Amino acid sequence: MDCIIIDDEATARAIIEQLCLEVPDVNVIKTFPNAIQAIKYLNQNEVDLIFLDIHMPDFTGFDFIQTLKKPPKIVLTTSDTQFAIEAFEYDCIVDYLVKPITLSRFEKSVQKALSLSTMPAQSEPSTTESLDDNSGNDLYVNIDRRLIKIDIPSIYLVEAKGDYIYVKTENKNYTVHSTLKKIEDKLPNDLFLKVHRSFIININKIVDIEDNSVLIKKDVIPVSRSNRPELMKRLNLL
Amino acid sequence: MEQPNFSYIDQLSRGDDVFKQKLLDIIKIEFPEEKAIYLKNIESRKFKEAAENVHKLKHKISILGLEKSYVVATNFENNLIESSDLGREEFEDVLEVMTNFLSKL
Repeated sequence: MDCIIIDDEATARAIIEQLCLEVPDVNVIKTFPNAIQAIKYLNQNEVDLIFLDIHMPDFTGFDFIQTLKKPPKIVLTTSDTQFAIEAFEYDCIVDYLVKPITLSRFEKSVQKALSLSTMPAQSEPSTTESLDDNSGNDLYVNIDRRLIKIDIPSIYLVEAKGDYIYVKTENKNYTVHSTLKKIEDKLPNDLFLKVHRSFIININKIVDIEDNSVLIKKDVIPVSRSNRPELMKRLNLL
Repeated sequence: MEQPNFSYIDQLSRGDDVFKQKLLDIIKIEFPEEKAIYLKNIESRKFKEAAENVHKLKHKISILGLEKSYVVATNFENNLIESSDLGREEFEDVLEVMTNFLSKL
C-alpha cells in the first residue's frame, strides 16, 4: 500500500515513518507538514492510505477529509480520544491511533486497512458525496475542533466580526472562525442574501423592512445602498 | 519530580541507534520552538492559542515517558480552553525538566 503522512509535527512524522518501515506492505511515498500541501499532491497522485493528524492549525484533519472527493483509506493519528465517535462517521476512516503510537497498535491498524482494501469498493461511498447528499439542509462548521452540524434553513442571520462569523439560528448561536465570503458560498442563493458587507440574512425570516434596515427576528440589520435593489427584487411585493 | 526516560523511544527504535538519534535531534529542534511559541501566547494571555501549543507539547511529553506530567498537561490544556491558566506553574515545571533533559543529550 502506498501511503502518505500528514502531521504538522516533525517528530510525529518521523515516528510514523519509522513504524511504516517495521510493517510489510506499507510504502511511505511522501510526508506533509500540513493538509494544504497534501491536497495539492493528491490532486495529481493517488495513494492507498493516509496517516492523518486531526489536530493541525488552520486546517484540521476533518477539514482535509471533506475536501477529498474519493478519499483513500485513512488512519487518524491524534493525542485526543474525544474525536473517536466523530471519526467513525466517515466511511474512509479505518482506524484511530492515539499518540504515542506503539508498534503493536500500529500493526493492527495497517492490517485493518489492508483487509478493508481487499473488500469490494461498492461498500464505500465517499465522505464528500455523503455530505453532499445532505448539503441541501446541513452545514458543518468547525468549532473548538469539532464539526458541528447546522440546519441551514434554521439560520436567520450571519454576521462578520473580525476573523469570526456569528451564525444565528432558531435554536442556538455559533461563533465560527471563518469569513462571510466562505459561508456565503455555502448557503443557497434562493434563501440567503448578503445585505451589507457584514451581514447575510435569511430572506424568509424578515419581519419588516424600513428605509435602510431590515428586521430579522429581533435584530435590526443595516442594508447597504448597493444591496437594497437585490433585496427588493427578491421580495414578493404587493 | 518525574523525570524523562527513553522507554518509548527505545521500544520504537528497537536497537536502531541511527533512528533513535535522528528522533532525538528532531525533538531537540522542535521542542524549544514549541515551548517558545507557548510562552509567547501564555504571556499574551492568548489562552486558546496556548491550549493548542500545550496540546502539541503533550506528544513530546508522552514520547519522553512522562506519564504523570501528561496528565498535568491535559488538565492545563482543558483549563486554558476554559480561559483559565490554572496549572500553569506545574506545567511549566514539566517544560523545565524536559529542557534540562534535552540539553544534556
